[in-house]
Amino acid sequence: MQTEKQSISLTKKILQAISDASLIPFLAILTAVVLGGIIIYFVGGNPLLAYRGLLEGAFGSTKALSETAVWATPYIFAGLAVALAFKGGLFNIGAEGQLAVGAVFSALIGYALPEWLGFDLPTIIHLPLAILVGMLMGGLWAGIVGWLKAYTGGHEVINTIMMNYIALNTTSFLLNGIMKDRSPTNVIARTPLIAESARMPAIFDGLRVHWGFILALLVAFFIWWLLNKTTLGFEIRTVGLNPDAAQYAGINVKRTIILTMALSGMLAGLAGSIEVTGLNYRHELGFSIGYGYDAIAIALLGKSHPLGIVLAAFLFAAMRNGASRMQFLTQLPVDLISMIQALILLFVAADAIIRYIYRIKAKGERVVLTRGWGG
Amino acid sequence: MSEPKIVLEAKGVTKQFPGVLANDNVDFDLRKGEIHALLGENGAGKSTLMNLIYGLHHPDKGEIFVNGKHIAIHSPNDSIAAGIGMVHQHFMLIPVFTVAENVMLGDETTKRGSLDRVAVAAKINKISKQYGLDVDANALVGPLPVGIQQRVEIVKTLYRNAEIVILDEPTAVLTPQEAEDLFRIMRDLTARGVSIIFITHKLKEVLAVADRITVMRAGRVINTVKPSETDSAQLANMMVGRQVILTVNKKDHEAAEEILKVEGLSVRDQRDLETVHNVSFTVRGGEVLGIAGVQGNGQTELSEALTGLRSPTSGKVTIGGKDLTGKPPRIITEAGLAHIPEDRQRHGLVLSYTVADNMALCDYYQIPFSVRGVIQPKALDENSRKLISAYDVRTPSPFVNAGKLSGGNQQKVIVARELSRGNVKLVVANQPTRGLDVGSIEYIHSEIIKMRDRGVAVLLISAELDEIMALSDRIAVMYRGQIVAIVDSKKTTREQLGLWMAGAHVEPA
Ligand SMILES: Nc1ncnc2c1ncn2[C@@H]1O[C@H](COP(=O)(O)OP(=O)(O)OP(=O)(O)O)[C@@H](O)[C@H]1O
Ligand SMILES: [Mg+2]
Repeated sequence: MQTEKQSISLTKKILQAISDASLIPFLAILTAVVLGGIIIYFVGGNPLLAYRGLLEGAFGSTKALSETAVWATPYIFAGLAVALAFKGGLFNIGAEGQLAVGAVFSALIGYALPEWLGFDLPTIIHLPLAILVGMLMGGLWAGIVGWLKAYTGGHEVINTIMMNYIALNTTSFLLNGIMKDRSPTNVIARTPLIAESARMPAIFDGLRVHWGFILALLVAFFIWWLLNKTTLGFEIRTVGLNPDAAQYAGINVKRTIILTMALSGMLAGLAGSIEVTGLNYRHELGFSIGYGYDAIAIALLGKSHPLGIVLAAFLFAAMRNGASRMQFLTQLPVDLISMIQALILLFVAADAIIRYIYRIKAKGERVVLTRGWGG
Repeated sequence: MSEPKIVLEAKGVTKQFPGVLANDNVDFDLRKGEIHALLGENGAGKSTLMNLIYGLHHPDKGEIFVNGKHIAIHSPNDSIAAGIGMVHQHFMLIPVFTVAENVMLGDETTKRGSLDRVAVAAKINKISKQYGLDVDANALVGPLPVGIQQRVEIVKTLYRNAEIVILDEPTAVLTPQEAEDLFRIMRDLTARGVSIIFITHKLKEVLAVADRITVMRAGRVINTVKPSETDSAQLANMMVGRQVILTVNKKDHEAAEEILKVEGLSVRDQRDLETVHNVSFTVRGGEVLGIAGVQGNGQTELSEALTGLRSPTSGKVTIGGKDLTGKPPRIITEAGLAHIPEDRQRHGLVLSYTVADNMALCDYYQIPFSVRGVIQPKALDENSRKLISAYDVRTPSPFVNAGKLSGGNQQKVIVARELSRGNVKLVVANQPTRGLDVGSIEYIHSEIIKMRDRGVAVLLISAELDEIMALSDRIAVMYRGQIVAIVDSKKTTREQLGLWMAGAHVEPA
């Protein structure tokens, strides 16, 4: 009877934990939506119509749902990338660059490998290989930043930003140069189309949603499992929460920092690889403007929990996807959507405002300033 | 003479935390100008009661009166306004700010919109002089010794005109000399009408400085007594609810082969100053070598170098015949080290991990806690339940975050984890009983002696001379980074050790 009582209180505790964790994001979204509505009203729009348009555009038809899932896919991967780094105590601002690196290499393997080899590859080899190479290169790209952090103390925020510049400019150079699509009609900086054998099939005929979306959900589950159920996850979290205790516990802190950053980069690289192999079938300059930065927002909104990230990615995807329908119905500028997103983030990041508005007491640990005596 | 008036009174205060009734209908009062000591086991609810009075937590039931007036305390702002100040077990100072900036934080004095540092510094220096605190308003807080940081906290309360000052285990981090200074300051304060609540686990201190003593157990007040009417044994008995043996029983030791051998070890600290110079000693299986010394004489760096947290600049460390100089902690732990670190919250625990996770912090990767890279929650759970009951850790369950435990119980989590690990050959225990109640100290001392009797080598580093004398077979005295004497513990006296610790050149008797 003891265990039964415990299991009841455990489920209660889990529910409590979930509602605790999602309360602030939920109220932040609510507040942003209300404020957004007021702003829409003042610029002369009809808030209800606008939000109806948003919802219809995002969820109103099978096609709308499919497109929302298409948007959500890179958001999930990139959001997981930022969240994993957060868990390891690292701030990966470089998802944008890692994503571009992943996309470039997947595209390269996708269109050039058969040429190099001189024969066609079966999908079962070519597609996974294209994804794998993109993912690993993303990981390598971020791993460099991890190495710099571990061995020179160079801060990952600065270095990931620098690596973003390098990645994006190099990409531009390649897409305008040796990797450029040479077809006579093309004037854009983009690669040739990848081979059929490197393309991910769509899930349903006639809809763009592809297996990469399912993969994103599986990877989200995998990351949750990795972080919470494995020895490696324990090490990553320990280093993130208390590097001194991690060292004491015998964890190789430097190695863990590099590994965390590399894993994070692999996830961001995957976001790029999947866009190339699942959706665009090529890499084109500027296709990803902002995924890597939205990912930071998604990781924050999702509280770095994989489930939270999937939900936050859907919210962002729905807003992006529903925006054009909203615009169509109300003639409001799409920029309003970016503004509402920004408001949500503002409230999540500055949760003191939300706590103040709704009179919620702060829970959890107090900040330790200098170390006195614990108790 | 009539009794001085009551300045603070808590009536029927009750506080329930998930799974623990931390304060159960507590009545407590404080008179003007007195030092009222609060005693009790780890987890008895002392810090909780103080946090309720200071407004960091909210009582479920009960009322608080200041100078006879009922006051509603919603946050520390209310209690500060009512003249209450608190120095926490954790200091709350910002290391990169000066003393003056720290003191004015949250109560900034401005002059035409900018901070008036000069006026604040002048007021701080005045307070400092008045109470003999000896604090420099313009010094940076970070590099100050703990004892001085604590005084900054006291200045902070006085600066806000506190008439009631709460000190939560202030002496746990102080050297005996610093503690003496603190007691002098406390007497100065009470002479000027300030009233003090003083929490400590050291019965001697309580008997020496308190005007009244209140003992708590399991969230309830057991009794309030005067020091003249009681003694250590009776206080210990009230706290724990049973007889406590205040001396350690230990048989003569049969030391076996050498386990730890340190040769010519020198270590630098993070400022790159050499704080351990050319130290050599050995510890044999079945003996306790105590390292006595005033804190800050290189003990921290010595233990860090032995346990792999810091690389020595020269010298050699062997454990069980293996050269482990400068090896990482994992290798040393696997060679048989158990390490109770000095700073439990920095090294010893991950506060936001559960008790169960913390109890496997050093061998989480080994069977049974991990199997093929996957953590086994069941094994963690079983292990922690076993240790929780063996070491009497007061926690509602193994799944509570370690940060939610009382200070002493956090320490017990570490001690339990380290002493229970298999294949331990050497224990390095740095301040193992800091912040523990007498009952827990008794238990941990007996566990250390049990380890010794099983043939384990024990290196005990402690600022408590009593602890060193009670447990050690041999005692080494550390002074300015050197070992100035190593003696048989039966052939020395407190006085002689005290002289060595102060740097006097005396030959062993
Ligand atoms: N924030 C909290 N959340 C949950 N439980 C708590 C919290 N703070 C304290 N407790 C519990 O309340 C009880 C009393 O804790 P408290 O810190 O008051 O003890 P204490 O008498 O100060 O002990 P110590 O001498 O070890 O510092 C403990 O069992 C502790 O686990
Ligand atoms: Mg306490």
